[in-house]
Amino acid sequence: MGKKKNTASGERLYKAFIYVVLIALAVTIIVPVAWVFMASIKENSEFYGNPWALPKGFYWQNFVDAWNSANMGSYMLNSVMVTALALGILLIVALPAAYCLSRFRFRGRKLLNTAFMAGLFINVNYIVVPIFLMLRDGDLWLRKVFGNGFLLNNLVVLAVVYAATALPFTIYLLSGYFATLPHDYEEAAYIDGAGYGRAMWNIIFPMAKPSIITVILFNFLSFWNEYIISMTLMSSATGQKTLPVGLLNLMQAQQSAAEYGIMYAGLVLVMLPTLILYICVQKQLTEGMTVGGLKG
Amino acid sequence: MFSVAAGRRTARRVSVDLGKEQAVMKKDRKMSGFLVLCLAPAVILFFIFMIVPTFNVFRISLYEKGAYTPDETFVGLANFKTLLTDASFIRSMQNMILLVVVVTIITFAFALVFAGILTREKLKGQNFFRVVFYIPNILSVVVISGIFSAIYKPENGMLNSIIGLFRDMTNPILWKGQSLVMVSIIIAMVWQAIGYYMVMYMASMASVPQSLYESAGLDGAGRLTQFFQITIPLIWTNIRTTLTFFIISTINMAFLFVKAMTSGGPNGASDVALNYMYSQKDAGLYGYSMAIGVVIFLFSFALSALVNKVTERETLEF
Repeated sequence: MGKKKNTASGERLYKAFIYVVLIALAVTIIVPVAWVFMASIKENSEFYGNPWALPKGFYWQNFVDAWNSANMGSYMLNSVMVTALALGILLIVALPAAYCLSRFRFRGRKLLNTAFMAGLFINVNYIVVPIFLMLRDGDLWLRKVFGNGFLLNNLVVLAVVYAATALPFTIYLLSGYFATLPHDYEEAAYIDGAGYGRAMWNIIFPMAKPSIITVILFNFLSFWNEYIISMTLMSSATGQKTLPVGLLNLMQAQQSAAEYGIMYAGLVLVMLPTLILYICVQKQLTEGMTVGGLKG
Repeated sequence: MFSVAAGRRTARRVSVDLGKEQAVMKKDRKMSGFLVLCLAPAVILFFIFMIVPTFNVFRISLYEKGAYTPDETFVGLANFKTLLTDASFIRSMQNMILLVVVVTIITFAFALVFAGILTREKLKGQNFFRVVFYIPNILSVVVISGIFSAIYKPENGMLNSIIGLFRDMTNPILWKGQSLVMVSIIIAMVWQAIGYYMVMYMASMASVPQSLYESAGLDGAGRLTQFFQITIPLIWTNIRTTLTFFIISTINMAFLFVKAMTSGGPNGASDVALNYMYSQKDAGLYGYSMAIGVVIFLFSFALSALVNKVTERETLEF
C-alpha cells in the first residue's frame, strides 16, 4: 500500500517535471519571437533602457520607414515574384518528370532515378560559386556578342536556379507518392481513349493533390527564406534584391546607425508571411513531415 | 536518347504480325514522345544547374582562375597544397567539424527524448507544444540571426539582462566575442533544428504499437528501459536516414548561420569551411575557392558514408 502511494506521487512529480521542461522550451521559442514583434513598434529612444519594458505606444512609423526608405516594399515585391515564379516553374517541370520516372518503364529510367537521388546529397550552397561563374561567363559572352548581358541580377534567372536546385527533393517526394497509386487508373483512362498526357493531367495529378500541396509548402518556405544564392546572383549594389538579403544588409547597417526600430520592423515583414502560412496549414506541414524527412 | 533505344528494342521483340507490330510501334513512338516531353525540361535544368556546376567545382579547383585575370591556367594540385598550410582554412574546417558533431549530438538527443516523452505520456496541450516547437524551422536564418542578435546584445540584450539579475554586469558577457562565439552559434542552431526533428520522430514513434510497451511494462521494464530497448531500436531506420541528411544539412546550416550572425568573425574565430570558400570567391580567387569546395564535398560524402556504416543495424519489424 505504502509503496503504491510512493510510486503515485513519484509519477506526479515526474509529470510535473516534464511539464516544466516542455513549458521552458516553449517559452524560449515564443518569447524571442514575440519580443521582435514588440520591438518593431518601439520608438528608437526606448531601445536604450530595459529590454523587457513594454512599448509606450504603437509606433507604426518603423514600418513606414522600413517599407519606403529602407526599400523593404520593393524587396518584398521581388520576393513574392521570385517565389511564385520559382514555384510555378518547379511544378511544371517536376510533376511530369516525377510521374514518368515513377510509372513508366523505359531505358535510362534507372540512371535518371539514381542521378536525381544523388542530387539529394548535393547541397545548393556547395555549388553556388560555379553557378555564379557560369552565369558571369555567360554574361561576358552575351555582352561581347549582343552588347548586353542579362543573366546576373535577373529575378527570372534566380527563380529558374531556385526551381532547378529544388528538383531532386521535389521529384523524390512526388515519385514516392505516384508509385503508390495502382496502375488501373491509367489503364481505364487509356481504354476510354485518353492519351498519355490526358491520363496524367486529368486522372493522376488531381489525385496527387495532398503531396503537391506538401511540395508547395516546403518549397515556398525554402525559396522565401533563401539568401545565399540570391545574394550571389543579385550582387549589384544598386540592383534589385530579395527580402532576406535586403534585411541582412539592413541589419549590418543598423549595427552602426542604431536605428533598431526599422530593423525589427523589417524582421517582422520577413517572418509574418511564413508565420501566417504556418498558422493556416500547420497540420499539413507537420503531417507532411514523414515524407519530407529528407529536406536538405 | 532512351526513347529511340526503347523503340528499337520493342521493334526487335515484336516481329510476328506485321499489322500488330505497326500498331505497337505507333503506340511506342507516342509513348517515347510523351516521355521525352515530360522528362526533357527536368533533365536539362538538372544538368545545367546541378551536374555541370558540381563537375565544375572539381575542374576549377585544378586551375588558377581569378576575377581579374581573363584566362585560367592549369596548376594541378597546387591549390590543394596551399590549403594544407593555410591556417585560416584549417581553423574553418575545425569549426565546421565542431559544429557538425556538437549540434548533431545535442539536437538528436533532445529531439528523441522530447519526442519519446510527448508520444508516450498523456499530456495536456500536446498539440500546442508540437505547433510551437516547429516555429523556428519556418523562419529564415536571417530572421533567426536577427532574433539572436537581440538576445546576445552585450548591453541590454535579452540574455544579459536576465543574467544581470543574478550577477554584476559592469563587464557584460560578450556572447559574440572570441571565446563564446561558437557556443552562441551552437545554441542558435540547436534552437532552430530541434523542433523539426522532434515532430518527425513523434510521427514515427506513434507507429510503434502500444502493446509492446504494455507487455514490457508487465515485465517490469521502466520508462528508460522501454525507451532504449523498444522505441529507439524500432525507429532506428528512420534515425539513420535522418542522421545522414542532418549531417549534410548541418554543414550547410553552419554556413548560413555564421554568414548571417558573425560573417566568420571576430577575427575568423567562427569561420566555417563553406564561409571561407565563399569569402575566397568574394576575394576573386575562384580556383582556390573551389579547392575548398572539393574538400567540403569529399568530407561530406566520407562523413555520410561513415555514419551510414557505423549506424548499420539489423532492421527490426513490428
